[in-house]
Amino acid sequence: MESSAILAEIPRLRRYARAMLGDRAAADDLVQDTLERAWSRLHQWRAGSDMRAWLFGIMHNLRIDQLRRPRLPTHSIEDDFDMPTRATQTDGLELMELETALNHLPDEQREVLLLVALEELSYADIAATLGIPIGTVMSRLSRGRERLRLIMNGEHASARLRVVR
Amino acid sequence: MSKLPIAEADVQAYIDGALPAAWRSEVEDYLAAQPEEAERVRAYLEQKQALRALFNPVLDEVLPAHLSALASPPSTAATDRPHRPVLARWSLQRIAAGIVVAIVSGFAGWVAHDRYPQAESLARTSPLSLPRQAAVAHVVYSPDVRRPVEVGAEQEDQLVAWLSKRIGTPVRPPKLGALGYELIGGRLLPGNSGPVAQFMYHDATGQRLTLYVSTENTTNQDTAFRFAQEGPVNVFYWIDGKFGYALSAGIDKGKLARVATAVYDQIEHK
Repeated sequence: MESSAILAEIPRLRRYARAMLGDRAAADDLVQDTLERAWSRLHQWRAGSDMRAWLFGIMHNLRIDQLRRPRLPTHSIEDDFDMPTRATQTDGLELMELETALNHLPDEQREVLLLVALEELSYADIAATLGIPIGTVMSRLSRGRERLRLIMNGEHASARLRVVR
Repeated sequence: MSKLPIAEADVQAYIDGALPAAWRSEVEDYLAAQPEEAERVRAYLEQKQALRALFNPVLDEVLPAHLSALASPPSTAATDRPHRPVLARWSLQRIAAGIVVAIVSGFAGWVAHDRYPQAESLARTSPLSLPRQAAVAHVVYSPDVRRPVEVGAEQEDQLVAWLSKRIGTPVRPPKLGALGYELIGGRLLPGNSGPVAQFMYHDATGQRLTLYVSTENTTNQDTAFRFAQEGPVNVFYWIDGKFGYALSAGIDKGKLARVATAVYDQIEHK
């Protein structure tokens, strides 16, 4: 029962991790760690509650742990160059730009933006998953969307972030 | 201007279809009267669509076996996947890569007479990471005028046979003539635990680049293209199964990326 519920969520976990991290191998690592931790803590999951939100919460916490690790001098260069690994992707330049722009968002904004756009979790579920107040979810969402828009418009969001009211 | 009838949170909720019908029409009225706001909302909606278009293909990918195995409790799944403690897994690509910057006293640094910015750390006892090994080999051998390689390109067949035999698997230098790089030759080098191969190329100006081929990867972890900078040497590298490939040169990242792409194409899509 848990097996099929967890199996059903793996593709979503991968999609979100890929969007958050940009790098396929790193994303799958994160998913693997998430699943391992989920199994070791299955007793903490209340039957009938939302398996998806629970798993995303675990992934979020692992990610926080990860960010506390030392910073790395290497990065995937898929953002900078049209690498052969992407050759089959024909989504066009704009999507590539979007991915690059996404990487320029602060983690906390990207996270909320992706949970809303990809996972379609309710604001309340996102607040619970991330362990933040719902007002914070809303402000991160609002700022993330605006910042992404400005970057895509070729404007320097960092220099002109304004308070959107 | 100072007082908006609609809160920002309502605009966001409108975009995400999270508003009750009554509020929804209020927001629509507001947007109808505020073209700039309407434009902003339109951009956000597009953005949401584009994010899905960008990442939804991941949903259709075949799951890697080690992940689908984890749909069952790890006690049974553990037999299906390599035993890799979390720390060890992080270490090769991440910590070891971190070490690259942390080492001050590496051989490459000495040979290149280059200063490294970070303080010395725990790196001494760890094996060198792939890009660092490759960069060290590059700075050691590529400046050598008389003996840059052990076996020259004029004996390419012997070079290939010899290196393949010593490394224990067929290796062949990619052809980079179309990019202006010609094979000089190759040599055998000591890696962390056994032999590795190095091929050297140069262009018409004498600029040299080296391709480092290791078969020592044991982490079962493939990587996408990665970039590392080791003092004056730029390195593109990737891991494919037990193979680690690293292309090093003192040329700029963009140019090296083009060569690396060609190398990757020839090796991975032969």
